Amino acid sequence: MGVVSPGFRGRARESSRRLPPGQYETHDFPVLSAGPTPRITRDEWEFAVTTETGARHAWNWAELTALPSDSPTVDLHCVTKWSKFDTSWQGVSLDVLLAEVETAADFALVSSYGGYTSSLPLEDLLDGQAWIAYGYDGDDIPPEHGGPARLLVPHLYFWKSAKWVHGIQLLTEDEPGFWEGLGYHDYGDPWREQRYQGD
Amino acid sequence: MDYQPDSDEHQDGNALAGPLSEIFAVDLTSALGRCASCGVTEPVARLHVYTRAPGLVGRCPHCGHVALRVVRSPDTAWLDLCGTAALRIPLTS
Repeated sequence: MGVVSPGFRGRARESSRRLPPGQYETHDFPVLSAGPTPRITRDEWEFAVTTETGARHAWNWAELTALPSDSPTVDLHCVTKWSKFDTSWQGVSLDVLLAEVETAADFALVSSYGGYTSSLPLEDLLDGQAWIAYGYDGDDIPPEHGGPARLLVPHLYFWKSAKWVHGIQLLTEDEPGFWEGLGYHDYGDPWREQRYQGD
Repeated sequence: MDYQPDSDEHQDGNALAGPLSEIFAVDLTSALGRCASCGVTEPVARLHVYTRAPGLVGRCPHCGHVALRVVRSPDTAWLDLCGTAALRIPLTS
C-alpha cells in the first residue's frame, strides 16, 4: 500500500537532522584500530598530563575514579562515515583534570598505550566537551573499544577520541597525531566534513 | 617491544597489493622490507596489516613497529614509509 506512518517519517527526519554530511547511521559499534589491542590492567593504568614546561600531573585508576564523574550521552561520528546515536558513557571531564594545571599551551597531543596519538586544540578539551571515559553503556569499556579508559571528544571525528588513553602533552605548537600526520584533517569537525587535509 | 598481535585483528601484507598498485608500477608485496625499528627483513606480504581503520597500517610481524601506512582520499593517496628502512624490489631484467 505504500503507507508510511507519521512516526516512521518522524524518526527519519530526526535521524537526518543528527547526521553530519556524508555520514550514515549504524546501530552496532564498529571496532576500528591501527594495531593490536593493548591489554592494560587497572593496577598498571596511569594517565598523565604534561605541560609545555615539563610539569607532570598524573592519576592512577583509584585517583581517577575518585574524582567527580559525568554521564554524557552523545552521538559519535567516525571519519569512515558511520555515526552512532545516543551512546552513554561515564567519565571524568577534562575540565576537572586540567583545573589545577597551569599552562599557556594552545594544543594537545593525546597518546595511548600501544603508541597511537591524536592531536587537537586544547580549547576543544575544555568547557564540557571532553572526558576521560571509563564506563560505557553501564559497564566497563571493553578493551576493543578503548578500555580501561579512553578519551571521549564527541564533537570531533572519533579518531580524535584516542582509545587506551595514557597521557596528554600540552604544546604551544600543533604536533600532528597518527592520522593528522597522514592526510587527515588537523581539526576534524564532522559538521563541516573536515575529513582530509584541505577539506 | 612486547608485540602481541591478535590474529583476528589483522590481515597479511597481501591486503596492501590493491591499494599500492595505484601508486607503484611493481607489486610491492613481493619486495623485501627492512624494519626501521628491529632491523628484520621480511617480504611486505608478511606485514600485519590493520585494515579496520581510517587507513591501512602495516606492522612488522616481529616487533609490531609501524612499517607502512596508506591513506586514500577520493583524490589523493598518502604513503608513509618512515618505519621501513629499505625496500628491495625485484625487477625483471
